[in-house]
Amino acid sequence: MAKKQKPTLATVWLDGCSGCHMSFLDIDEALITLAEKATLVYSPLVDNKEFPRMVDVTLIEGAVSTDEDVAKLRKVRSHTKTLVALGDCAVTGNVPSMRNPFTIAEVTDRAYIENATHNQQFPHLTLPKLLPWVKPIHAWVDVDVFIPGCPPTAKTILYVLTELVEGRVPDLSDKSRFG
Amino acid sequence: MAKKIVIDPVTRIEGHARITIHMNDKNEVDDAQFHVTQFRGFEKLSEGRPFREMPSLMARICGICPVSHLVASAKACDELLAVRIPPTAARLREVVNLGQLVQSHALSFFHLSSPDLLLGMDSDPARRNIIGVLEEYPDLARAGIRLRQFGQQIIERLAGKRIHPAWIVPGGVSAPLSREALQQIQSEIPEMIEMTQKVLEWFRPTLGNFRDEIRTFASEPTMWMGLVTPQNTLAHYDGMLKLVAADGTVVNPAIPPASYQSFIGEAVEPYSFLKTPYYLPMGYPEGVYRVGPLARLNIVDSCGTPLADAEHARFKELPLEERHSSFHYHYTRLIEILYGIERISELLNDPEITSTHVFANAQANSYEGVGISEAPRGTLLHHYRIDDNGLIIWANLIIATGNNNLAMNRGVTQVAKAYVKGKDVKEGMLNRVEAVIRTFDPCLSCSTHAVGQMPMQVEIYDAGGDMVRELRR
Repeated sequence: MAKKQKPTLATVWLDGCSGCHMSFLDIDEALITLAEKATLVYSPLVDNKEFPRMVDVTLIEGAVSTDEDVAKLRKVRSHTKTLVALGDCAVTGNVPSMRNPFTIAEVTDRAYIENATHNQQFPHLTLPKLLPWVKPIHAWVDVDVFIPGCPPTAKTILYVLTELVEGRVPDLSDKSRFG
Repeated sequence: MAKKIVIDPVTRIEGHARITIHMNDKNEVDDAQFHVTQFRGFEKLSEGRPFREMPSLMARICGICPVSHLVASAKACDELLAVRIPPTAARLREVVNLGQLVQSHALSFFHLSSPDLLLGMDSDPARRNIIGVLEEYPDLARAGIRLRQFGQQIIERLAGKRIHPAWIVPGGVSAPLSREALQQIQSEIPEMIEMTQKVLEWFRPTLGNFRDEIRTFASEPTMWMGLVTPQNTLAHYDGMLKLVAADGTVVNPAIPPASYQSFIGEAVEPYSFLKTPYYLPMGYPEGVYRVGPLARLNIVDSCGTPLADAEHARFKELPLEERHSSFHYHYTRLIEILYGIERISELLNDPEITSTHVFANAQANSYEGVGISEAPRGTLLHHYRIDDNGLIIWANLIIATGNNNLAMNRGVTQVAKAYVKGKDVKEGMLNRVEAVIRTFDPCLSCSTHAVGQMPMQVEIYDAGGDMVRELRR
């Protein structure tokens, strides 16, 4: 199939706000051009299947906050050739990691005990386990490309993707900023 | 034999979500639970931050509706300053808030729900997406894309950045509206109004095709809550928080923001990170209410702009029991798009709209502030306390989607009861469970649905906890 010869692309979302995915959508009509060069095989933006056996480029938005995030990240890393940390949360831990100075109990007590009026308790049934430290993704797996920004601009995301699917290493020195 | 069905993941609704359906011994649906599986702790992690950081920090709660959090947060901070912000700043905040309302509603209706409405709930899942709509109904799909763009561009033109702009600040906004941006927006308004009216002309007669959905989609009566003006018209930026009973009688005409905690309680369920607000005087779960466009249009006498008023009058002709169906979130979303455009036009026609006096310079003068606004999905509340140095010592947030948590749970149960019979779980059930959640437009489903269908996995467990069946698509 001709489709299989195109490079494959995936996007994954861990602990973030979806703003990076929204910024990706803001490339607007360039999505169509991009679709001619690469196939989006796994993403919250398209149909869900099992993460494919091997993907050429995977973008990850968000920090790592729970045991489920870790499991997902490790799986994605082992099935991805070029892994991209998309946005400040993936690159530095950013806003989600602002809970790190507090213990899990302090953070959850505020939400579920102090700021609740009925059934005060820590929700735990069938839910992921919160990790004591929120970390950026490179704390858990090797990362090949970092794109800072909260969110990175649509233009920057498009530039990185275009370079990667055409087999070049993107030079982000004058195209990115934190925040 | 009791068993449970797990749908995982449903979508990313302010995080990640799954559904569990519990069956009783007779193999009938007993209950359904809607689990939100992401927790971030903004109420605690903001502790120790200077209050002026709060709007920008809180915007990071959501990349789809950051403007809502900017507005509610800045209003809470205005209370800390204890100043009245310049009238032009308030109008500009309202314009940008409505710009987001238009883009968010357009995304929800066209990108997300129109595939079901136009192509059918049981149509080919591979084509049941916005691309499929573009091919078969190009005019409607283009109208949706154009309306979303109109809203997004308003945010960009006023605030400088589409996602997480730093323009809304405690005390007002950081820059006035330029003449150029004003003229650009004004020049597009007639086209946007015409487009929205055409969509309404098309949509209204199609309602007859969805009798079953209207009957079963979270149609159980609840109370309604939302902000209104003193004239009882729509108020998204600022107003009185009104609560209305299922039969239309007013329960509380104006919940005072400063003492909302005497009226709105928050319940915790062990299976979800999303809390469930309820009307405290009635207790839990009797105090269930809904928010969002359907709630807003059910509690106002009129919208407040001429064309939207005419459409609202048609909506009000529907029988009361039908106006309780969450399916009508779709219709009311379209009416609010029309209102939003008309109201933006009104606000921009104010002779003072390009005034450069858009910021009230003050230090913190109060230890506590509450900010309430209407996000596209419903009432949003930020509440902060600071110390003598202006550092946050405590925060409480009531998120729009959370207000609908209990009603969404009940809606899922209602649809599951209608479409799940014994062990036989049909594909159509998956799409309808998905569709009932989609009517509420819980925050992050937009992104999930932009191009494709909701990923869904159903696992059926027997009483011993062994998986007996798995469905996936």
